[in-house]
Amino acid sequence: MYSGIYLFICLFCFVLFRDVEFEIIVVDDGSPDGTQDVVKQLQQVYGEDCILLRPRPKKLGLGTAYIHGLKHASGNFVVIMDADLSHHPKYLPSFIKKQLETGASIVTGTRYAQGGGVHGWNLMRKLTSRGANVLAQTLLWPGVSDLTGSFRLYKKSVLEDIITSVVSKGYVFQMEMIVRASRKGYHIEEVPITFVDRVFGSSKLGGSEIVE
Amino acid sequence: MIRTKQYFSHLITCPMRHVIKIITILVAISAIWIGLLQTAVIPNSHTWLLPIYLVVLLGCYGLLMVGVGLMRFPTCPQEAMLLQQDIIEAKEFLKQKGVDFGSD
Repeated sequence: MYSGIYLFICLFCFVLFRDVEFEIIVVDDGSPDGTQDVVKQLQQVYGEDCILLRPRPKKLGLGTAYIHGLKHASGNFVVIMDADLSHHPKYLPSFIKKQLETGASIVTGTRYAQGGGVHGWNLMRKLTSRGANVLAQTLLWPGVSDLTGSFRLYKKSVLEDIITSVVSKGYVFQMEMIVRASRKGYHIEEVPITFVDRVFGSSKLGGSEIVE
Repeated sequence: MIRTKQYFSHLITCPMRHVIKIITILVAISAIWIGLLQTAVIPNSHTWLLPIYLVVLLGCYGLLMVGVGLMRFPTCPQEAMLLQQDIIEAKEFLKQKGVDFGSD
């Protein structure tokens, strides 16, 4: 769990509080007690049915974290995003708006389309990202411009369906999710997002689930 | 131009297994190549090399896409600044609510 998770939760609630019914599910893999305590304090501020802390005993994979969080989700839609503020909650209304407009099963954030962007990536990182994208676009024809992004809004039933059929782990996991969804014929829309990297140091994949 | 786009978008969305689509394209290309060999429209010395040209062309196209993409990579330095402002505001807000976030 990121040390800045309280900031994430605060900004998140600030963006959505009055307009949308939501709960935040924080899946924590054995972080030191200090960070859990801060989340508990936030539970006092926002209510315990708003912020659900669902810790796990030790560090397990990202995919199982999604499945674990999904079990506790009670809404109709699930947003998956990183909790280290590389994904800014301010884009959530645009995700929701897009879904309402188009009735899409999945709305995925793209960093490469007009209006999107990345900050804090060095040349190597950009190169691998661009290279992987071109390769995947040539071979897989996914129909989305950003394959490795992990800022997405899913219909809960759709997420449940896809996540059981995904077999890979780590970096490829996100790609496989969206490619499988595309193959199954789900309606996928994109919204531009910006990605600010390394605000909190480590660049490992992390996530929190939000349910609406 | 629009016709091609419609064709390709149909190719992407039509519910065939993806591997089958790739194989279909390869078979079509092979058929054209063999056809050219048989009818000798182009001198056969050139026709034999066509697949190699194709692969090289694909490779160059790929590199070009990577290069162009790299140059046009969308960046957003102003977002980092906005984020820092948001962080400060959030910290203020939480301090008022009495949340103690310890060392950070």
